[in-house]
Amino acid sequence: MSNEVAVLGVGMHPWGKWGRNFVEYGVHAIHAALEDADLDYRKVEFIAGADTMRNGYPGYVAAATFAKAMGWTGIPVASCYAACASGATAMEIARTRILAGMCDVALVVGADTTPKGFLAPSKGERQLDPDWLRFHLLGATNPTYFGLYARRRMDLFGATEEDFAHIKVKNSRHGATNPNARYKKVFTQEEVLGSPLVADPLRLFEICATSDGGAAVILSSLDFAKKHTSNPVRIAAISTVTPTFPNTVIDMPEFSTDSAAGIPAPDRGFKDSVAAAAYEEAGIGPRDLSLAEVYDLSSALELDWYENIGLCKPGEAERLLRDGDTAIGGRIPVNASGGLGCFGEAVPAQAIAQVCELVWQLRGQAGDRQVADAKVGITANQGLFGHGSSVICVR
Amino acid sequence: MTKNRVPAIEGWFTLDDSNPQLLGLRDPESNTYFFPKDVSVSRAPGHSQAKLEEVALSRTGKLWSYTTNHYKPPAPYVSADPFEPYTVAAVELGKERIVILGQLADEVDPTDLQVGQEMEVTLGTLYEDDENEYLVWKWKPVAA
Repeated sequence: MSNEVAVLGVGMHPWGKWGRNFVEYGVHAIHAALEDADLDYRKVEFIAGADTMRNGYPGYVAAATFAKAMGWTGIPVASCYAACASGATAMEIARTRILAGMCDVALVVGADTTPKGFLAPSKGERQLDPDWLRFHLLGATNPTYFGLYARRRMDLFGATEEDFAHIKVKNSRHGATNPNARYKKVFTQEEVLGSPLVADPLRLFEICATSDGGAAVILSSLDFAKKHTSNPVRIAAISTVTPTFPNTVIDMPEFSTDSAAGIPAPDRGFKDSVAAAAYEEAGIGPRDLSLAEVYDLSSALELDWYENIGLCKPGEAERLLRDGDTAIGGRIPVNASGGLGCFGEAVPAQAIAQVCELVWQLRGQAGDRQVADAKVGITANQGLFGHGSSVICVR
Repeated sequence: MTKNRVPAIEGWFTLDDSNPQLLGLRDPESNTYFFPKDVSVSRAPGHSQAKLEEVALSRTGKLWSYTTNHYKPPAPYVSADPFEPYTVAAVELGKERIVILGQLADEVDPTDLQVGQEMEVTLGTLYEDDENEYLVWKWKPVAA
């Protein structure tokens, strides 16, 4: 039995620092997706919403918030939170409902309005909350963890500051004409290396900002899609895996890894397992890919993802980058959208936005950033507290 | 007047100035260690019935990575005024096979560090107020 569902439509509200209500961005994205799908909203039978934690109660019940904003139609909803992976989790809920035969058409939506600066923990003294304690006892911001990964690549694999800057330059070229990107400036290597150090060796222009934005996709059963449209992009796999004990790589917001003294670490580490589960479900491998959208929370982190999604072996990512393989026009373009470097992160919308990009690319609608002859794409992302997320789209 | 030296958090480390140790839990069934002690049952799959025992962890391990923060982090971090960059190090304890974060001891120059080198735990000041000096565990290279 096929586990595929069709993507009828995708839509986004441009990323930025607009300072308006997140509901407005989400509704804009929903309307764009409905128009793209050529579908009346009243055909939608289910809404899965990715929550935002920074906009009060309406954000915690995102699906109901958007059901109300679109005009109540009595349909069931589900809201979920999985940090940066929330959008993929929402897609998985919608897909499962379609595959179970409980509905034909489902809407998935996420939107966020973000404060300025570092993502900080919620207020109040909470000595039992590791997210509060890591700021209090260590001053371990999110860029601290990115800095640790980047430094380790330098000492282990010979990555250089120039490599990290190169990623930012590459992605800024990709995203320069993306109408939904927040940062459209094309950066030079000198500009990136001239920006201030944040978490050594990473610099300001190499660490992703937080953004406002919204994204929506409309999924349907293949049967419904057949009657409604021709040759739609299909979702062949969604991975929402968690780590396997012991997880031996330090993750935000932890103080420590699991101990591997008694139970040996699994052959495949957590970040490797995220895409592996998606490949297994889709019955394809990294060689089949036309493009990938990965979570470049820092420029250096993109190099880790090359290895985690199987584009190359550990320690070979720098060579892939330097050879131009991951730029548009290269063997396997990564972050053709411009990635988080051009968008900044709108947490609940980001994993959905990654899928929007794959859909446009697979339809040949990506304009100046089009990857030639794109047929198969993967997204990869990791949310705080052990949320893996990867989606494979095919056409 | 000398200030009281108090831990910034209770029960995470010993206050032995010459040989401080981090305090963790051990599941003797699977030989799995936990730090901090924020588990009520062993998280090793299949060992939730194990009787957890408090243990002092190894004082030394290998540097997994390190990074220096050049921007003032948000509260609840208490920054010096004016703000001073500080380094966070990740160290893997050999016996426990666990990587633990900690700040680098103030006197250590991070530009001399190398992933893989031997480190040891020490006590240092996290912040101060009028009465107290708040202590936390920090990492420093093992003297050659």
